[in-house]
Amino acid sequence: MSDIVLDVKNLRVEFPTRKGVLTAVNDISLQIRRGEILGMVGESGAGKSMTGMAILGLLEPPGRIAAGSIHLSGDRIDDLDDRAMQPVRGQRIGAIFQDPLTSLNPLFRVGDQLVETICLHTNLTKTQARERAKDLMREVGIPAVEERIDSYPHQFSGGMRQRIVIALALCAEPELIVADEPTTALDVSIQAQITALLKRLCRERGTAVMLVTHDMGVIAETADRVAVMYAGRLVEVGTVDEIVRRPKHPYTTGLMGSIPSLRKDVEELQMIPGSMPRLNDIPDGCAFNPRCTQAGARCRRDVPSIGAGPTGVACWLAQEGACA
Amino acid sequence: MIAFLLKRTANAAFVMLAVALLAFVIFRFFGDPVEMMVNEQATQADRMELRERLGLNDSFVTQYTRFVSNAAQGNFGISYRNQQDVMVLIKERFPATFELVLVATVISLVVGIPAGVITAVYRESRLANMLQLGSIVGVSLPSFVVGILLILAFSVSLGWLPAFGRGETMDIGWWSTGLLTPSGRAALVLPAISLSTFQVTLVMRLVRAEMLETLRADYVKFARARGVPARRVHWRHALRNCLMPVITLTGMQIGNLIAFALVTETVFQWPGMGMLFIQAVTFVDIPVMAAYLMIVSFIFVALNTCVDITYAWVDPRLRDDTARAGGRNG
Ligand SMILES: Nc1ncnc2c1ncn2[C@@H]1O[C@H](COP(=O)(O)OP(=O)(O)O)[C@@H](O)[C@H]1O
Ligand code: SF4
Ligand SMILES: [Mg+2]
Repeated sequence: MSDIVLDVKNLRVEFPTRKGVLTAVNDISLQIRRGEILGMVGESGAGKSMTGMAILGLLEPPGRIAAGSIHLSGDRIDDLDDRAMQPVRGQRIGAIFQDPLTSLNPLFRVGDQLVETICLHTNLTKTQARERAKDLMREVGIPAVEERIDSYPHQFSGGMRQRIVIALALCAEPELIVADEPTTALDVSIQAQITALLKRLCRERGTAVMLVTHDMGVIAETADRVAVMYAGRLVEVGTVDEIVRRPKHPYTTGLMGSIPSLRKDVEELQMIPGSMPRLNDIPDGCAFNPRCTQAGARCRRDVPSIGAGPTGVACWLAQEGACA
Repeated sequence: MIAFLLKRTANAAFVMLAVALLAFVIFRFFGDPVEMMVNEQATQADRMELRERLGLNDSFVTQYTRFVSNAAQGNFGISYRNQQDVMVLIKERFPATFELVLVATVISLVVGIPAGVITAVYRESRLANMLQLGSIVGVSLPSFVVGILLILAFSVSLGWLPAFGRGETMDIGWWSTGLLTPSGRAALVLPAISLSTFQVTLVMRLVRAEMLETLRADYVKFARARGVPARRVHWRHALRNCLMPVITLTGMQIGNLIAFALVTETVFQWPGMGMLFIQAVTFVDIPVMAAYLMIVSFIFVALNTCVDITYAWVDPRLRDDTARAGGRNG
C-alpha cells in the first residue's frame, strides 16, 4: 500500500448555533505521507485547530463532523465513537497543543503523566514505563532526568514543559502528530529550538506531522508542504518552496509579505488590509474577495475550488488568468 | 515549609488572643460575677472578700492575662448554674457534638462530591437533573424542617430509627462515643443526615462549578488527546484539581456545622455542646458561654490553619514559592 498516513477527504466541521449553522471547516481535503511535515497556516480563526481537533476526534459538542472522511493509514477514524477512538489518540496520533504551561496537569508529577500515558498504550510494567519515560525525557533534551522526572510541571520553564509535551506525544511512537501552534506561546528565543527538536524527532521516526501555525517563518524552516487556510477553506496547497517563493493565491502572497526574514529589503511588514470574515458573515464567491486587490466580478459570484491534487490553488485569477 | 507553618501558627495564636479578649470582656462585664455567685444575705464585707479572692480588683491586663493562661489550660471556672467545673461539663458534651459533625461531614463529602461530578460531566442525563432538583430542595429547606420530616418519616411512621438522644454510649477514657454501639449508631443517623443536608448541596454545587471550569482546562483536553479514557480524566485528572476549594469549604464549614448543630441538637434532643449552650443562655451562665465561645472559636481557627496547611500539601505550586531555576532558558 501507499505510505499515506493521514487522508482527509472533503472534511466539513459544523457548529449548530441558535443563529444557524456555522461551518468552521469547509470541504477540506489533505494528505500527509510518512515522514512528511505538512504546515497549516492561516490567520487566527481560519479553522486550523478545528481541523486538528476533528482528526483527534475531540471536537467539543455541539461541534461535529458534518461531511467527509478521515483515514489513518487506511483505517477510517472519523466515524469511531469516543470509546473506539481512545486507543487511537495517544497511540496512533500524538498531540501537541499551543500552551505548554496549561497542557500539563499541574497536580501530577511529569513522570507520572508520562508513565500514565506509556502504560495506557503499551504492555510495559510501571517500572519499565518509568525507564522509558526517562529515555524519552533524555531524548527531548531534559537535563538531569533522574531528578527532574519527579518534578511538577510548574518547576519547569515553558520551553522545558513543551519538551515534555513532545515526549508525551511520542510515548507510543504514533504514526501522526498533530502539533497545534507548538511554539506560539513560547519565548521567541526558544521557538526555533523546539521546532528543530520536533522536526528531528519526527524525521528519525518517520512520523507524519500536521504542524499548525500562523508563523510563516516556522513553516519555511520546518515544513515539506504547506496548506493555507482562509475562512474554513483551503486556498492553496503546495511544496514549501512553491508557497514561499512562488505563491499563487493573493492571500498567500499577502501572508508571505508579512515574514520579515523573507523580505529583508522591505522596511515595514506588509499586512493584508482588512480582516477575515466571521463565520456567519462569509461573502458570496471567493471568501477573500473583499480584501483582494485583484478581485473581479466572477470572484463575487462563484466559489473557486482547489481541486483534488497534491498541489492546488483556489483562485480564479491563478487558475484561469482572469476573473472579470 | 517550616517558615510557612510557623507563620500560620502565629496568625492563629493572634486570632485566638483577640477572641479571648472578647470572651473575657463578656465574662467580666456582662453582669457582676460576684452578684451571681453570692446569696442574698452576703454582707458587703463578704462580697469585698470574694471580689479580692477572685482577683477582680487586679488591673485589666492582669485579669486578661490570667484568663488567657487559664483558658489555655482548659480552665474556664465554675458554672454558675450547677457549680460544676465548666471544662468537665464541656468534656461530657463535646464528644456528642464532635461525632455528629464528623458523620455529617463525611456524608456531605461522600454524597456531595460524586453528585457534583455527575451533574457536571453528564449534564443532560436524568440522574443529573434529579440531583440538581434535589439540591434546590436541599438548600431551601431549613435544617430543623428536614429534621422534623426525617423524624416523621423514619421514627414516627416507619419506626426504623430513634428520634432523640444518643442511644448507648461507650467510654474510651473521658470520651464517650456512640459510634461503637448499635443503638448509638442508629441514633446518629437522622441527626447527621439532617445536619448534613445543606452541606451536601453546598459541596455538590461547589464541585459542579469547579468541574465545569476544570473540564475546559487545556490539560483536560490534552489528557484526552494522549489517550486517557474519559472516566479517568474526569474522576482523576479533573476532580483532583477541584478538590482544593472543597477542602477549604469543608474545613471552614465544620465550624459552621458545630454552630448549626445547636439547631439539630435541639430538634433531636442530642446531648451535645449546643444543648449545653442553649441551657447556659437561659440561665445567663456566663462561664459556660465564655467557654463555648472560646472552644468553638478555637476549632474554627485550628481548622482554618489546617486547611491552609493542607492546601500547601495538595498543591505543589504553593509548597515551594521559590521557583526552581533549572532549565530557565528552555
Ligand atoms: N464552540 C464554537 N461555536 C461556534 N464557533 C466556534 C466554536 N469554536 C470555534 N469556533 C469558530 O471556529 C472557527 C475556527 O476556529 P479555529 O479552528 O480555532 O481557528 P484557528 O485557525 O485559529 O485555529 C473560528 O471562527 C471560531 O470562531
Ligand atoms: S478568486 Fe478573485 S478574489 Fe479570490 S483570491 Fe483569486 S482573484 Fe482574489
Ligand atoms: Mg488555533
